[in-house]
Amino acid sequence: MVGCYSSAPCHRRLILLTEATTASSFNEKTVKYETENYDKSLLSSKMIHSLFLVNSSGDIFLEKHWKSVVSRSVCDYFFEAQERASEPENVPPVIPTPHHYLINVLRHRIYFVAVIQSEVPPLFVIEFLHRVVDTFQQDYFGVCTEAAIKDNVVVVYELLEEMLDNGFPLATESNILKELIKPPTILRTMVNTITGSTNVGEQLPTGQLSVVPWRRTGVKYTNNEAYFDVVEEIDAIIDKSGSTITAEIQGVIDACVKLTGMPDLTLSFMNPRLLDDVSFHPCVRFKRWEAERILSFIPPDGNFRLLSYHVSSQNLVAIPVYVKHNITFREGSSQGRFDLTLGPKQTMGKAVESVLVSSQLPRGVLNANLNPSQGTYTFDPVTKLLTWDVGKINPQKLPNLKGTMSLQAGASKPDENPTINIQFKIQQMAISGLKVNRLDMYGEKYKPFKGIKYMTKAGKFQVRT
Amino acid sequence: MSASSAFNDEKGGSSSVGEPEYGHDPASGGIFSSDYKRHDDLKEMLDSNKDSLKLEAMKRIVAMIARGKNASDLFPAVVKNVACKNIEVKKLVYVYLVRYAEEQQDLALLSISTFQRGLKDPNQLIRASALRVLSSIRVTIIVPIMMLAIKEAASDMSPYVRKTAAHAIPKLYSLDPEQKDQLIEVIEKLLADKTTLVAGSVVMAFEEVCPERIDLIHKNYRKLCNLLIDVEEWGQVVIINMLTRYARTQFLNPNINESLLEEGGGGDKTFYGSDGNDADEEDEEDRQKKAEAAALAKRKPYVMDPDHRLLLRNTKPLLQSRNAAVVMAVAQLYFHLAPKAEVGVIAKALVRLLRSHSEVQYVVLQNVATMTIKRRGMFEPYLKSFYIRSTDPTQIKILKLEVLTNLANETNISTILREFQTYIKSVDKDFVAATIQAIGRCATNIGEVRDTCLNGLVQLLSNRDELVVAESVVVIKKLLQMQPEKHSDIIKHMAKLTDNIQVPMARASILWLIGEYCEHVPKIAPDVLRKMAKSFTNEEDIVKLQILNLAAKLYLTNSKQTKLLTQYVLNLAKYDQNYDIRDRARFIRQLIVPTEKSGALSKYAKKLFLALKPAPVLESPFKDRDHFQLGSLSHLLNAKAGGYQELPDWPEAAPDPSVRNVEVPEWTKCSSREKRKEKKAEKPFYSDSEGESGPTESADSELYSSSGSESGSAENGSASESQESEEASESEEEEEEDDEKKKMKKKEFKKPVQESESEESSEEEERKRARKSKQRKSDSESESDEDDESDSESTQSKSEDSESERDVGKKKKETQSKVPSKTVANDSKNEKKEMSLLDLDDFEPAASPQVTPVNSFLSSSLVSDLEGLSLCDSALSPAALSPSGPQKSYELLHRITGEGLSVEYRFSRQPFGPDPNMVAVQMHFVNSAAADARNLHMEDVRLQSGMRVQEFPEIELLPAGETGAAVMGIDFCDSTQAANFQLCTHSRKFFVSIQPPVGELMKPVFMTENEFKKEQGQLMGMNEITERLTLDAKCRNEHAIVQRVTTAANLGRVPCGSDKECRFAGRTVSGGGLVLVTVATKEDGAAQLTLNCDKMVIGTMLVKDVMLALAQ
Repeated sequence: MVGCYSSAPCHRRLILLTEATTASSFNEKTVKYETENYDKSLLSSKMIHSLFLVNSSGDIFLEKHWKSVVSRSVCDYFFEAQERASEPENVPPVIPTPHHYLINVLRHRIYFVAVIQSEVPPLFVIEFLHRVVDTFQQDYFGVCTEAAIKDNVVVVYELLEEMLDNGFPLATESNILKELIKPPTILRTMVNTITGSTNVGEQLPTGQLSVVPWRRTGVKYTNNEAYFDVVEEIDAIIDKSGSTITAEIQGVIDACVKLTGMPDLTLSFMNPRLLDDVSFHPCVRFKRWEAERILSFIPPDGNFRLLSYHVSSQNLVAIPVYVKHNITFREGSSQGRFDLTLGPKQTMGKAVESVLVSSQLPRGVLNANLNPSQGTYTFDPVTKLLTWDVGKINPQKLPNLKGTMSLQAGASKPDENPTINIQFKIQQMAISGLKVNRLDMYGEKYKPFKGIKYMTKAGKFQVRT
Repeated sequence: MSASSAFNDEKGGSSSVGEPEYGHDPASGGIFSSDYKRHDDLKEMLDSNKDSLKLEAMKRIVAMIARGKNASDLFPAVVKNVACKNIEVKKLVYVYLVRYAEEQQDLALLSISTFQRGLKDPNQLIRASALRVLSSIRVTIIVPIMMLAIKEAASDMSPYVRKTAAHAIPKLYSLDPEQKDQLIEVIEKLLADKTTLVAGSVVMAFEEVCPERIDLIHKNYRKLCNLLIDVEEWGQVVIINMLTRYARTQFLNPNINESLLEEGGGGDKTFYGSDGNDADEEDEEDRQKKAEAAALAKRKPYVMDPDHRLLLRNTKPLLQSRNAAVVMAVAQLYFHLAPKAEVGVIAKALVRLLRSHSEVQYVVLQNVATMTIKRRGMFEPYLKSFYIRSTDPTQIKILKLEVLTNLANETNISTILREFQTYIKSVDKDFVAATIQAIGRCATNIGEVRDTCLNGLVQLLSNRDELVVAESVVVIKKLLQMQPEKHSDIIKHMAKLTDNIQVPMARASILWLIGEYCEHVPKIAPDVLRKMAKSFTNEEDIVKLQILNLAAKLYLTNSKQTKLLTQYVLNLAKYDQNYDIRDRARFIRQLIVPTEKSGALSKYAKKLFLALKPAPVLESPFKDRDHFQLGSLSHLLNAKAGGYQELPDWPEAAPDPSVRNVEVPEWTKCSSREKRKEKKAEKPFYSDSEGESGPTESADSELYSSSGSESGSAENGSASESQESEEASESEEEEEEDDEKKKMKKKEFKKPVQESESEESSEEEERKRARKSKQRKSDSESESDEDDESDSESTQSKSEDSESERDVGKKKKETQSKVPSKTVANDSKNEKKEMSLLDLDDFEPAASPQVTPVNSFLSSSLVSDLEGLSLCDSALSPAALSPSGPQKSYELLHRITGEGLSVEYRFSRQPFGPDPNMVAVQMHFVNSAAADARNLHMEDVRLQSGMRVQEFPEIELLPAGETGAAVMGIDFCDSTQAANFQLCTHSRKFFVSIQPPVGELMKPVFMTENEFKKEQGQLMGMNEITERLTLDAKCRNEHAIVQRVTTAANLGRVPCGSDKECRFAGRTVSGGGLVLVTVATKEDGAAQLTLNCDKMVIGTMLVKDVMLALAQ
């Protein structure tokens, strides 16, 4: 087993490409190896067996096994699937191999490939992998890139060790993990190198034993603050004529709570009926919500997502921007006309900011020669992606992008119509009209500083032309 | 010593110099870039006595492991450090050990004693971590040690250690399956554990070691259901999946009568009925009810096992989980277990998951696709959520397309087709091809749009993209097969395409079409064959085969023109490289060309080739996938994955439900059986008394809800920690916005549960003692001591100020206690609207037996009492206007079932003090048994969502032969759903339920005639129901009418100028919805009943009740 394991080349993918014969013999070897292991794997338990981290160029740069070692050659099946998929995101999340199943997620251009040996709910694994990434990103390294993982490989390893026991999730609450393994900071890294002290928590983690496992005990702050961000996203599809085909509002309330002790918060809304479908952080008391439509919870320490919601579909969705477009190609001509104007629609007097328009132009377009009335635009002749960074919409002088597109000479007029994707932000407004009524704190004596911020963003906002 | 210090110096120097070699951080560059082979210095570092050096070395080693490099030769050097004091070094050593122990079994044994020592550590966390590492070392020789450790840990004090033990079970099992029997014993023991921490882990162990031992679950079933919501999310998934399987073996199929119901026309629409507020709801309801009644008459009614209901109810809130896996688990549970009408609730949650990461979307859409085949109606309202965006990955687009196709029906097809039209223009050609196929499927499934689709597809034939054309050809071929005679022009058009289309599949399809329908295109067909013969050698194999087919068919129908061509083609095929084609040529030649040797078959050649072929059925690839448990890997792959546990079929007859009863005593079983029977017998009583006015839901669900009252009979779950905490949180939810109470609550939260309880209770005890001493003076009955045991909840609710006024309260009580057993007391909690007791004696002589529950007014002040009285006066005044009829008593617990304890309840029609949104229910206890009943209280309240209950205070003692009374409040949320709960004595628990007649869901309001008319004017249209009726002979005077109406419903009389009209007004207790009733009498007993109510369901039900009351 050891031999096989050490001989597994990193650039398997290249070899597969160039030497078909070698690759096939290699696969035979893999299969043989797996057959040897098979009897054992029948008994070996469910859930996650191993994890491989694969970067965008197909290198396995980290592996972790929770049970007996699975050769990294099992990833060849993943590389094959990757090969077949036209786009990185089209790799099927679940890939069956003769003796294993590979479940992968793609985040930050890293594939997290989990090896499963037998039946397990796929969402269980997918959700867990995403949780791992979230932990890396939010709680430990700030980013979840290959470089960050490589730089902190020991912390990553320690984290993975705590998060899974024998392939079954053990501690996924960030506050328990933070007690076990302290997140690296620049200061701590310096101190550690000088003193040789460690990242591993000295105290035993009591959070695991607590009735509120999401909050650690003995939290202390000098400034007690609780901030809530109500962020709503509009998903919409607008058709050619400007009418709305579908539009819905999804919102989240993200919180940043830095409060001493064990505060018990209640958050109530002016219009809770707006919320149609909600999902909560585990800290929210479900029954209280059911009965009174009040969010009552002991918050986790730090940043967390308190709830996400969907605004009931009966409510008409206000569409804050409109697009006037005229994108035409003429038969026989090697030129196309492009004219796009944006304007504010139902914004309740608030400014539409950070507007970014992007559109995938037809393949026949060679170049675009456009003239923006404001902002800057780029056109990538390889991917045919046009992006226009508009900035803020001025209702007096509507932003406009106008010009010509040059097409391949002699090619016939492209029959596909580009869709226009729009991103924007509107500050200090929740488009659904959701309003927080009040936030109260019980259980602690001090007066916390409370803040609530509203924002509306474009989610998947598309205009068909 | 000096040597080592020298070494350290040297090392210290080198580590600064050698930085480029290793990098600053052991994890960074250096290790990765250089193939680091010199392990000697690592060994030296490990041997040093400086922790920092050890740590440095271990970090590098772990980095090597992470990278996949072999570090096994360091084993001896590393294992020595297993007892290192430094926690981080120790942890990293563990990591190393677990990774390499399997390869170095002998050396690994050196470390075992360290862990054995750790297992005895007083700190639970150290015990747990020792067990965790010990069990992770895959060395067969230590199996006995592991077994021992697991057994010991399974009975550890600390739940965390027990959890670790549960985790260790599958590890040991995979190491040595021989231990299975012993491990099952441990699992059995841990399954009985009552903490949420253990529950998830032990079920996971159960699933891996002995999923077939379903019998182990029986005793723990109810506990698992009740704990579920507090288990950590990963455990929830495992438990829900296991319970799904369990339920399939233990309960009956709730949809067993589905087909019968569908005949009645209810069918798919059931989900809409509940939220649609359209005018014909009433009709719909009626029809449905009739249909169901008919169905019920035909067969034995299906009664859902209360445990089945328990599972459905307790999993439902988890649809709100943030964890997609939990939501999916609940969704599959509902899909596989819930009655058809209830499955709809999962749709919303699943649609929400579509906002998540694309991998989650992928899995969810696969499952939705399977669900939409069986239950299309469920997702129809969310059609637009499946619309495709250009930014979706192709695999998501194709799955969405699948769902859209499954959802298509006559009503929405035009919208869907319009959507499809935009998809066809997409850049993504795979997706376009899939769209064309989807159009084809819509066309076959929905006859009305077949021609439209066909025309659309024909237009696509002139598309510039060859793939699009090819895909269209293939789909058109399938569609044409359904009605070829009408479309010969399309066939001609396609024949022309053979010159241009190069995609083999499309060419083959065209040729097949022409051959099949050559009689429709007699002129073109031979010409096509001519062209094909010319290009035969260059065609793909599938095309060649179709050319041969075409030739054969033409030869049979039109041999004059095509004989030579056919011969030519057959000759070409004879020498083809592909043996299939050579075979086919030989076969065809023998069949169609008559020779002297040709067999008997050639006579039938025409029949063979030109037989009428059935049109292909275009089916969803997701059809019948639901035989796999949804959400499973096997379902996703549509193939059985290793270790997949089949979802069993429903049993024909339900296995004995009493296996889930937990209490040991022998009589439990028989009595629960008895009760079961009696419940059923009670059923007609309910339906009789309420007449046709039954609740809006289907008859089936009505049955469930009433039978649900038996659920979980004789459960002993109350002892568990988590339930206590649950109760605490429940009580908190119920309590009012009173700051003082809040503070008390907080106190409770800060401490671990047990502690807070003890503290709480000591405080309480003090207070009680004080109280008791006062009580003693006045107490005439033993009941006075009841309050002693009142739980922390009621103590909390008693405000501090009551203490100062207790004396007054006591006096009050003295007066009360003179008429013991004749007063009704309401539980008091709220300061202002409080109304703690009320003497019903005056206007209700002996109609209801009453007793004074002492505790309630012990706590309340006289002030509040008086306020309550005054308030109740005003509340009563409208009732006093009408001669209040005797309120009906309902039986809650029969004397026999209750083993001597019988309980009746009635709706006292008094405002419920603590919470004005609750209906006051007066309970009357009679203890006719020989023994005293102690600690009468409520437990385990099961409610429909939104409903709340204010439990009656515990009655500590009800001596034999005595009677007692108590008042509880229920917020029915303006529905006639039953409130189910357990009535507990010190020794027994009884499942009971209270179901309100619709008339009790309201309270009278006072208004003037003008106000009445004004309000009535605003409740016209759909909110108004008018019925004509003939009054009962005894009920023709105003007085009788008023009496009957007010008996049927708790409404207040509205003064009225005309004596031909009686008016009544009320508001629903919980929602405050206005209810206005007008009875206009005419001559000969004819009358018109008008009801205006903004809650239509209430309105329709109430009309029936009132009609019944008047026409009796």
